[in-house]
Amino acid sequence: MKPAAFIRHVPRTLDEALKILAQVAPQDGRILAGGQSLVPIMAFRLAKPAHLVDINEVEGLDHVASDGQILSIGARVRHAAFHKSVLDNPLGKLLAYVARHIAHYPIRMRGTFCGSLAHADPSAEWCLVAATLDATMVAKSTRGSRPIAAKDFFEGIMSTALAEDELLAEVHLPLLPADAKFGFNEFSRRAGDFAMAAALVTYRLANGKIADARVGVGGAEPAPRRIAQAEAALNGQAPSDKIFRAAAEAAAKAIDPLEDHQTTGEYRRDLVRAVVRRALEHSHP
Amino acid sequence: MSDKTAITLTINGHDHAIAVEPRRTLVDAIREDCGQTGTHIGCEHGICGACTVIVDGEPVRSCLMFAVQAAGKKIRTVEGLAKDDKLHPMQQAFMDHHGLQCGFCTPGFLMLAVGVLEREPDIGDDDLLDVLSSNLCRCTGYQNIIKAVRAAAKEMRGK
Amino acid sequence: MTTHTKGTGLKWVGRAIRRLEDPALITGQGRFTADLPAVHRVRFVRSSVAAGKIKKIAAPQDAMVITAADLRAVKKITPMLHKFNYKPVGQPVLGEGVVRFVGEPLAAVVAASEAAAEDIADLVDITIDETAPVIDARDALAPGAPQIHAEAPGNVILEGKFKSPEFDTVWKTAAKIIKLEARSHRQNATPMEARAGHAAYDAASGRVTLTCTTQMPHVMRTAIADMLDMREADLRVIAPDVGGGFGQKISLCAEYVVLVWLARKLKSSVAWTEDRRENLIAGFHSRDQYIALEGAFDKDAKLLALRADIATNIGAYSCFPTTCGVEPLMAMAEMPGPYDVKQYECLARGVITNTCTMAPYRGVSRPVITFTLERLMDKAASAFKIDPIDIRRRSLIGKFPYTSAMGLVYDEATYKETLEMAVKAIDVPAFRARQKAARTKGRHLGIGFATFSERTGYGSPAFAARGMEITPGWETVILTVDPSGFVEVRIGSSPHGQGLRTTLAQIIADEIGVTPDIIKVVHGDTDTSPYGWGTFASRSLVISGGATLIAAQKVRAKLIKIASHMLEAAPGDIVLADGAAKVAGTDRSISIAKMAREAYTQTHRFKGEIEPGMTETGTYDPPGTFSNACHVAIVEVDVETGHVTVEKFLVAEDAGRIINPMIADGQVHGGIAQGIGNALLEEIIYDESGGILTANLADYMPPTAHEIPDIELHHIETPSANSITKAKGLGEGGCIGAPAAVINAINDALTPFGVAIDEIPATPQRIRAALRAKEQAA
Repeated sequence: MKPAAFIRHVPRTLDEALKILAQVAPQDGRILAGGQSLVPIMAFRLAKPAHLVDINEVEGLDHVASDGQILSIGARVRHAAFHKSVLDNPLGKLLAYVARHIAHYPIRMRGTFCGSLAHADPSAEWCLVAATLDATMVAKSTRGSRPIAAKDFFEGIMSTALAEDELLAEVHLPLLPADAKFGFNEFSRRAGDFAMAAALVTYRLANGKIADARVGVGGAEPAPRRIAQAEAALNGQAPSDKIFRAAAEAAAKAIDPLEDHQTTGEYRRDLVRAVVRRALEHSHP
Repeated sequence: MSDKTAITLTINGHDHAIAVEPRRTLVDAIREDCGQTGTHIGCEHGICGACTVIVDGEPVRSCLMFAVQAAGKKIRTVEGLAKDDKLHPMQQAFMDHHGLQCGFCTPGFLMLAVGVLEREPDIGDDDLLDVLSSNLCRCTGYQNIIKAVRAAAKEMRGK
Repeated sequence: MTTHTKGTGLKWVGRAIRRLEDPALITGQGRFTADLPAVHRVRFVRSSVAAGKIKKIAAPQDAMVITAADLRAVKKITPMLHKFNYKPVGQPVLGEGVVRFVGEPLAAVVAASEAAAEDIADLVDITIDETAPVIDARDALAPGAPQIHAEAPGNVILEGKFKSPEFDTVWKTAAKIIKLEARSHRQNATPMEARAGHAAYDAASGRVTLTCTTQMPHVMRTAIADMLDMREADLRVIAPDVGGGFGQKISLCAEYVVLVWLARKLKSSVAWTEDRRENLIAGFHSRDQYIALEGAFDKDAKLLALRADIATNIGAYSCFPTTCGVEPLMAMAEMPGPYDVKQYECLARGVITNTCTMAPYRGVSRPVITFTLERLMDKAASAFKIDPIDIRRRSLIGKFPYTSAMGLVYDEATYKETLEMAVKAIDVPAFRARQKAARTKGRHLGIGFATFSERTGYGSPAFAARGMEITPGWETVILTVDPSGFVEVRIGSSPHGQGLRTTLAQIIADEIGVTPDIIKVVHGDTDTSPYGWGTFASRSLVISGGATLIAAQKVRAKLIKIASHMLEAAPGDIVLADGAAKVAGTDRSISIAKMAREAYTQTHRFKGEIEPGMTETGTYDPPGTFSNACHVAIVEVDVETGHVTVEKFLVAEDAGRIINPMIADGQVHGGIAQGIGNALLEEIIYDESGGILTANLADYMPPTAHEIPDIELHHIETPSANSITKAKGLGEGGCIGAPAAVINAINDALTPFGVAIDEIPATPQRIRAALRAKEQAA
């Protein structure tokens, strides 16, 4: 289980990185960020990139910054950066809460937020966050910079709208309203394993009624997404066990479940029903 | 196959000037090129944690880093835990609480626990259990590892 | 929490001293096989096809690639059993003509580095004409199934049959017949160190040293020397520090034979370190069984008779030296477990399939048969509407020695006492109240019991009874007090985590009056250890410990003789303690170191009455003994997801005299963790074409710290008359009882739903599927 040989490039600036990427992308070149997903795939030789553009020494790209509207997260920001709340907004608490569910501590030391999105594992927690909160991905290449909405970004299992010469340089997450509540729940067989289903919900209460509900489901379909039917079941309703169950049921029904040798579509729906309801029941604050 | 790069790995304060292919993982370089075989390989895909070492203060899987990425960084391995024949409190606690049997996963657990406790000395019991579920042990059933790490955490905080 | 019932009255035996093994292991100074440098690295090219004819294996130009064509002179691995209609089948060390499972080694690539060898391996061009594979044992038994070995018609490699003479008569008297179809899926022992071998040729002597991760170094030497037509003296086998075995490292690996062959051919050193993927695919599997079990009970719910039909999927070949008989024959012999049931009928078959070869894994069959039998007992309790604890009370063996239906003799044990101890400690009424309260809140707790026997320390007659050509029963120990007074013990056992260096030192320390820290146990090297059978089957403390005690008794006798001579006192007045011989009631004494020195350097003083030197040998071949235990699991089942959390685990265990309680408890803890993994998480899954879907540690799931609960242990110590140290083995017990306790607890939790889970692992998918079927039916 030794990776196939590759040529490593170590750019120091973003421009340099993009130039190299433009050159090597057509020759099976890829970005190496945290490497916590890419290196295992290389160890199994499921990926044999000829070139790796290692962005760990690029100046900048390590920012977690807010302008009061959005939180910008650079390409070199590690999962562990979110272990503690990064800003005084419910979003900071949400990210901290979710972060501790990502794999294990040593993986979080190296893996990056943007790398996780670019890798686009259907069960990745950050992908679910990006999809649920309608993040904007900032893709950069020598051709320029373009924003990609989360709903357009995730195209399928480990497949995104990034072109081969584009680097996911930054992600923009909209801040949550100050009175937002959030809930997150995931199911895995062992601690730290990939989620077999995960749900992230956010909403506000306006006059005791749920407003601006977002219900995202990950791990259950080829890509995480918001489930409009579940959101519709919540908006305008007072929170209650009945309403939460209705939303969970709507989500379970709405998905087109991933199936594998062990996991039937029915079971995946069971899990979605459970994680959505639990995310709603255990919302913060 | 591909060309080798000359790098220096600093392990437990000692410099090792080596030449490695870019694909050489850090754990392979530590073991094969630097001869420090206390760090073990259990899965090479980031699940088991046997290869956990501390790089610039961070406990990481050394099978998921390339050696060239660790050049210039401070690497700590199990061989560097004891100082002048005095065991690190974590090592002593693993002995006292029978936190090892075959000893293969032990270096990884020691470096994981030391690495996390140095960063978060006041970590709570639940979070510590989360941390210790990062690595696999097939012999002990974990209960004695948990006891050992809790005892060592207390000892480390006291200093 | 741990409680022990009584001490031993000895100074060192019975104490939880720290392990002598630990200082090296915690400082990174352990020496494992993969730590050795080698000139050449080997990568095996393995079949990606489960069944077919090999048409072509073409190596890239200039690459060194070895295939079966190069190894014509190498004999096949052909283990032998002289009973049970066993059909010997041979396994070529590299696939020859036919491939029989995915992962079968077909070629060996030799290169300067592992990465380079893997690069070449990727380029080896293999063409196989695929044929239809048979993956499942039931499919392999079906009429018309493809024949995997011509020697074994119907794919049955062995067939054990037994029936008590009175069976039919008693069966007819039953008040109730309870039936169960149990399924145990395939598992991998998953030691944290996968397999590894390093073979080095020494030009000066012409010898090869094979360092490898084996539990049986001497057996490896005998087997490989045979296969390569070498004199055994020309092969040295070393088991250095070994990173866990759990049975997987008992069996001969074809890969090691290739390494020795290569070292001789290249006159150099070659190394192979198995990667995790290879280990999961090709590193031996186990526990793949179907058992149909029926129990006949009288009107008082006493078990009268058992009938079992056992089909074990043994994979593509038979493992050496135990043969594939280990699982089916162990299941047949020990199915009746701890119960007094005189009438027994059994059919046990070993079934060949196109899957990885089965080999022993901790507990060998007993985790499966205990789960099956204990499920049957719970089902029977339910049918009789009595408590699961109560039904066990009515049938557990209580009088000793007890002779089983098949003639096994059970020595003194505490089946009933450990059950009562566990029942009391867990506080069943309090649990039932908590369970009831939780159910009203939609939470489903369950409690499960497992009572079982753990046969350990069996000597050569037990293996001979199975018809094994190799009967690995005895052990020899050579104990030396050197001229400095330091004690060195050479043993044939080959511990790898069990703490045997410490426990043997404790036994010796008491016998000859020294401290354990001056005792060094030497093992795992055929050049320095006496011939022995290694470490497996919970045998080493009983057998090697017994041999150690015998050798220590001889040394003690010699020391007393010398002291008597030097101190001019009657032998009966000499006391050995604190590193010295003393004359009782006086202040006259002489150190053991001084006596040892004189035994080598001043032999003339003993006038020929005492042999020079101080080395004694002990050999022990015991009849075998039975440990026993009651395990209790408390679980919570999340009925929406099927997830099971083991909340608490309690054990009441009797393993005879406990030499080191810390080590004993550690063995039980580790076994339970594996048992919980086996019960809930671990499964090797093949697809229909024979490919493995669980070839990494994310898909094959050993438990983490999160999945293992607090474990409470209680011990009863019934000194065994069948073991001269009074110790019984306990290495496997944790693993044997845990699946049964966990599965029974799950079923208890799910009682309100009327579903039955008779399958391990009880994955959340399976639990939900059972619940969903009920929901949909309702």
